[in-house]
Order: sequence, then structure tokens, then C-alpha cells
Amino acid sequence: MDVSTTIAGVSLRNPTVLAAGILGTSADLLCRVAKCGAGAVTSKSCSLEARDGHPNPTMLDWGEGLINAIGLSNPGVEEEVKELKKAVGKSGVPVFASVFGKSPEEFAEVAARVAEAKPALVELNVSCPNVSSDSRLGGKIFAFDAKLVAKITDAVKNRVSTPISVKLSPNTPDLKEIAQAAEDAGADAITACNSFGPGMVIDVETGKPILSNRVGGVSGPAVKPLAVKCVYDVCSVVEVPVIGTGGVTNGRDAVEMIMAGATAVGVGSAVYYRGISVFARIDAEIKVFMDSHGYESLADFRAIAQQ
Amino acid sequence: MLPRRAKIKEIINDNGRVKTFVLDCSIIAKPGQYVMVWLPGIDEKPISVSRADPLTLTVANRGPFTSRLFDLKVNDFMSFRGPFGNGFALRTVKNILLVGGGYGVAPLRFLAETALQKNIRPTMIMGAKTASDVILEEAFSELKVKTIIATDDGSKGVKGTCVDAAREAMEKEKFNAVYSCGPEKMMAALAHECAKHGVRCQLSLERYIKCGIGVCGQCCCDGLRVCHDGPVFDARVLKGVEDFGRLARGPSGASHAL
Repeated sequence: MDVSTTIAGVSLRNPTVLAAGILGTSADLLCRVAKCGAGAVTSKSCSLEARDGHPNPTMLDWGEGLINAIGLSNPGVEEEVKELKKAVGKSGVPVFASVFGKSPEEFAEVAARVAEAKPALVELNVSCPNVSSDSRLGGKIFAFDAKLVAKITDAVKNRVSTPISVKLSPNTPDLKEIAQAAEDAGADAITACNSFGPGMVIDVETGKPILSNRVGGVSGPAVKPLAVKCVYDVCSVVEVPVIGTGGVTNGRDAVEMIMAGATAVGVGSAVYYRGISVFARIDAEIKVFMDSHGYESLADFRAIAQQ
Repeated sequence: MLPRRAKIKEIINDNGRVKTFVLDCSIIAKPGQYVMVWLPGIDEKPISVSRADPLTLTVANRGPFTSRLFDLKVNDFMSFRGPFGNGFALRTVKNILLVGGGYGVAPLRFLAETALQKNIRPTMIMGAKTASDVILEEAFSELKVKTIIATDDGSKGVKGTCVDAAREAMEKEKFNAVYSCGPEKMMAALAHECAKHGVRCQLSLERYIKCGIGVCGQCCCDGLRVCHDGPVFDARVLKGVEDFGRLARGPSGASHAL
């Protein structure tokens, strides 16, 4: 039985990919996740300059999922490149580098800098629900604007030869059109999707929103049906491989994503629900499923829900 | 986990920069675990549990958040989430040594209390720069725990660091395990002494904590998540951890020397 998969020419031993923003802060943590069975690992999104992110509370379990507004804290691309080089050398699995910027030019600059570390893929985080673009670009989330997504993708493709995946937002009615725009502009893959919302959780004792940013991206089991639909929609319009991300906690969830059309599966909040070993466990659960259903490879059931 | 809100029943001034807040609630926690104390609109920070029933938090004033916390009065409310982290593991041992540096003494009070309930005999070593920095001396004497105080300037107890005092104690007496909380460089030196004396030790680390649930990676010490794998680690786990005693990451994730 073969659970390997290929994303934009990058071979993965299994379809699980550590999602950006989870545990990707140090090379050692990325290597630990790799040891715990991930098919690939994604570093935490980095920007040109260091960012402290939002004050706490930045993340909590609200009962049916997680909500977070970390605020894209990162030490800046210079420090990030050092961690990435170490992770690329030591992890033994493909390392994806997540980047973001305030403009297409800045995306291209950060992508070019992280490319020095030779990640297997660069993921463009155009969709963080907690951070808006430069005010001259309207102060809105890039991923809501097909033209802007195309412009960023194009700018990055012109600077780096590393394959790129564009991480889209589920929080737009135009997801298909935006995914299409990213593909047309040269994206080698699509990551669908970022966290949902933003949402809000209010502490009823004090009457205050709990997150310091008041609102944050919703993730975890609660969003899975929404994420599967996004992946289904994106896969219905693009040819490039899709990293299906959102609420995947076990092997069946991963199978669902693949049946929707995903080529690989992002795993994030599940680290909270099932521990770091969740990657090996999902890998094993996918195999058990395939065994009991007579599937030999992921391709046997990829996108069957589209038929 | 959603926040709980509790009224402050009592505030004890431990010294110029450390206060103990006694809340009108209790939690189920292990010594070494922490709660995230939330001041809406300000910040939320990890504070070790110094007693679970009633929930008691001993806090050092060391930044904007704690300085706002210090403005709170008796009958004011405090919100918190938790407990988080693993806590100290109390094995089936008889004789243990607790080593607290500065405000690191706080979680060891809870550990001493718990040890006594399990018929384990704790000996406490408190290290401080000077006599006026010593905290919770009365709490330990109420528990009737043998306490050795070490001050850098010799103004109280023995002159020297708590590591010096621990070394001396281990030379005189056989301890089954050592438990420590305090400045990391001190704990690194202590771990070295314990290894020399063949005594297992557990150390409670401090890092900039964001999520508290082992997901964001902000508090990493090499590949360890201090918020969730820790904050208490067996010294054997920390052997070979490059960041231990040397580097910690700030809010952006950039490392700085300890």
C-alpha cells in the first residue's frame, strides 16, 4: 500500500503536512514534527522585519475548536533563514517555508530571501485573517482579491524558482475565481485554506472578547465540513495540486480531504487534540482505511467525490 | 479552556517586588503547573501555582503586566485559565531537596505541601541576592519544613548561592530527588551538581508563553515546548538541549541570551 504523494514535484512519504503557524518556530521543533511522522513540515510565516504579534490571550480552545490571533509573530526573514537552513539540513522531510509581506514586492523579497535556505516549497500566506495589507492596498486581506493574489503570485514567481503554493482564505464567496487567478499567475500548488472567520469568543464573566485582538481565526474539528467544501470547490477549478487544510484530526478526515480532491493534507490544530504524534497516527489510520477498502494508492480515491 | 473569574481574598506583600494573591476559589492542579492570569485589555501571563486550595499566586513585579496586577486590591477580581503544563513528578521517594532561586521559591511551596501529604520529607533551600529578597520563609516554617537560606551577600542565612547550599546539603545527606525552580543558569549549575552526586533532578523552566497548549511553538527550548511538555523537565531530558541555560525566545521568536 502506497500513501506517498507528490506536490509540485516534491515527494512526500505520506500526505500529512504540518500547517503553517503550528510548531514551526524553530528548526528543532520542525525536526521533531518530522520525527513524529509528518510527510512535510511548514515553518511559521515570516516577514521582512521581526514582529511581536498580538499580546495574549492569543489562542484558546473554546469548546468545539480553537480560535487564535497570534498576529504573525516572527523573528524576521534574516533569523528565519538560519532556522530554515538547519531544518532543511536535519529534518529528513521536505520543508515548506511560509512567507508574507505587505505588498507584492515585499512578498517577492521575503520569498527570495527564504529561497536561500533551499526549502522544498514556498507557501505564500496571503490569507491571515488577523493581519491586513498595507493601507495603500486597501488594508484588506489579499486573498479576497483575485487580481491582488495574481499580482503577488506573479511577483514571487518572477523572483524564485522554488515551487510555490498560495494559501487562500475560505472567507470569501469568490474562492474559485481566486484559486483560478493564483493558478493562472503561475502557482504550483494551492493551500486551501487558512482559518475561518474571524470569529469572536466573549468571556461572559467580564463581558470582554477573550482574544486581545478581539477576533481570531477559527480552526479545529468545528471547521472541517467548511474546509472540505473549500477544498472541493478549489479542486473543481484548478489543475495544480491542493494541500487540503482545515479541521483534519484523524485518518478519516484526511481521506475526506483527498476524496474532495486534495493531494496532501494540512494538519494543525490536531496537534492540540491528539499530540505531536498525530502525524504518524493519521498516516497509520489512512493505511487502515485503504486496507479495509481495497485502495492501493491515494490516487485510487483522490477526487472521487467530484464525480 | 475558558477563563474563570475569582475574587482576591487576601494580598500578602512578600517583599518590595513580590506579592502573594490568595483567591476565593480552588483548582485541581499539580505542583509546578501554572495558570494564565488574564487582565482584559492588558495581557495574559503564566503564573505558577503556589497553592491550589485556595488558589494562591505569588507574583514578582517585573514588567507592565505584573505592575498592573500589583494595582489590584482585596475584593477586586482576577481572571485566569488553567492549570497548564505537566508539573513536578513526585516519585515514591522519602527524602527530597527543593532548591528555589528568587521568586522560583513560589511553586516549591506547593510542592513541599504536597510532598508532606504523601509522607515525603522535603528540605528547602532558598536562594536570594540579599535578606530583603527572601520570600515565603513563613509559609515554609508553618509547614515545618527544614529550610536553609542562602544569600549572595550573606545578609541572611549562609553566604553563597543556593547551588552552593545544595551541594553542601547533598554532601551531608542522601536525597532521593532534587526539585528546582529559579534562574536557568542557576538550575543548569544545580543539574551539574546533582549529576555529580548521582541524584535525579527536575527543573521548572520559564519562557515567553503564548498559547499554553503546545500548539504555537513560541516557548520552544530547542524542540521542547516549555508550555506543554514542561514547564518541568527531568535534567536528563535537558542534557544536550542547546538553549537550556543559554538562550530564550522573546515575543517575536528571536533568541536572546539568558
